Amino acid sequence: MIEASNLTKRYPGGFEAVKDASFSIDAGQMVLITGHSGAGKTTLVKLISTIERPTSGSLVVNGQNLSALGRSAIPHVRRHFGLVFQDQKLLFDRNALNNVLLPLEIAGQPRREAIRRARAALDKVGLLAREKANPIALSGGEQQRLAIARAVVNRPNILIADEPTGNLDVESGMAILDIFADFHRVGVTVVVATHDQSWVERYHPNVLRLDHGRVVS
Amino acid sequence: MSAWLTQHRAALAAAFRRLWATPLNTLLSLLVIGIALTLPAFGYVALDNLRDLGRNASGVQQISLFMSLEASKKDVGEIENRLRQAANAKWRFVPKEEALKRMQASEGMAEIVASLPRNPLPDAFIIEPANTEPEALEILRKELAGWPKVAHVQLDSAWVKRFDAFLRLGKLALWLLAGLFGAGLVAVTFNTIRLQVMAQSAEIEVARMIGATDAFIRRPFYYFGALQGALGGLLAVALVLAALRLLAGPVAELAALYGGTFSLHPPGLVEIAGLAGLGAFLGWLGAQLSVSLSLRKLD
Repeated sequence: MIEASNLTKRYPGGFEAVKDASFSIDAGQMVLITGHSGAGKTTLVKLISTIERPTSGSLVVNGQNLSALGRSAIPHVRRHFGLVFQDQKLLFDRNALNNVLLPLEIAGQPRREAIRRARAALDKVGLLAREKANPIALSGGEQQRLAIARAVVNRPNILIADEPTGNLDVESGMAILDIFADFHRVGVTVVVATHDQSWVERYHPNVLRLDHGRVVS
Repeated sequence: MSAWLTQHRAALAAAFRRLWATPLNTLLSLLVIGIALTLPAFGYVALDNLRDLGRNASGVQQISLFMSLEASKKDVGEIENRLRQAANAKWRFVPKEEALKRMQASEGMAEIVASLPRNPLPDAFIIEPANTEPEALEILRKELAGWPKVAHVQLDSAWVKRFDAFLRLGKLALWLLAGLFGAGLVAVTFNTIRLQVMAQSAEIEVARMIGATDAFIRRPFYYFGALQGALGGLLAVALVLAALRLLAGPVAELAALYGGTFSLHPPGLVEIAGLAGLGAFLGWLGAQLSVSLSLRKLD
């Protein structure tokens, strides 16, 4: 599913955020990318989700070598991922339902079917009753659940998250963990970058530990 | 195909929503575009009317063919046959007797004509060609002059040439004006779209991250630019029609003073559609330039 070989990301100025990383993630696995702050977790998540391009090495996701992808192919690859960001990246000029509709609009889903699926996604994260609310009116936990609904509405086979519980209190964070675990249970590959150890204690996932950009275990 | 159509429908709806969301901005932009298009559009309509006026002015595009004095009825018949076959024109035969009678009827000419030993006037033809381009008239004049027993062919080509030169100058000025105001329209759309892209940079960033293609991001802006341009074009049509309505009375009065009945004709459906289409194209062009530049900055 995800196969990295000697993956390196060097930013302008020479800083190497990810160095010579090799690892493999099978379909349906739940994998945590952990490490100290600045270890390269976010960069690795961005590489897997094609937001960043590798400087060298190869990264094969769903059978496609992302290192060799042309610019025009990247949007189509991204549609197979569900992305959840620490800062959610919600759109505050749209209500909750319309935020979740965005990936379906991008995919060209007919409006009626798109609304049906967006509502189902909101229901899955417990936000159906708040579909008309503006994201600004939602709590931090609700905003993160809304971001998850937007990430999963296109039925991705890989759910990728970067510090999804970073800004949440313990209770809201646990609720988010449970949602990710639910998706993992139905066969979705879940890759989460986090320094939150409660994930490990609660779900015993596979762990990819980074230290100064290198995979150490 | 259905996804493609759905996306285009959604982009068009988004463009309408954006126009509607800021009514004052929309109105001001439409006014600027409408006025920019009105001037060249009005110039076009005015030139078109002038061209018609020139075409319909009596005597301007007439060719007078005078037979030689010794031409017989058979020779006249031959010319009639040739005119019937050759020229795409209306023509009228003026026998020398009729010409003499008209001369006699002219003030102060009766005595002079009576003193003449014989009719000095030739048979003549008055020809009104369908093609009134100066070059075509000149070619026809030369052809007619070569026909048998034709003594003289008269064409008021100087007037026609002057009028044609004036129309050509007008047309050139119109193109320059249209180019300038067209560039203005592109600039207005460019700026409007640039502000929109800046205002929606967060949405664009998120959309790109979750798989939006460049085409998906650009499409609503293109529709917006084209829609704004087309509406501006229609506003220009309305302004031109209003101006023609205002001018109709004074123009009719002026024509009456010259003993004519001239009325300004408004632009037709094809011209209205053409102006809206031109507005849409220029709006799209402004959007295209603006989105390309603005998105490059967001990369």
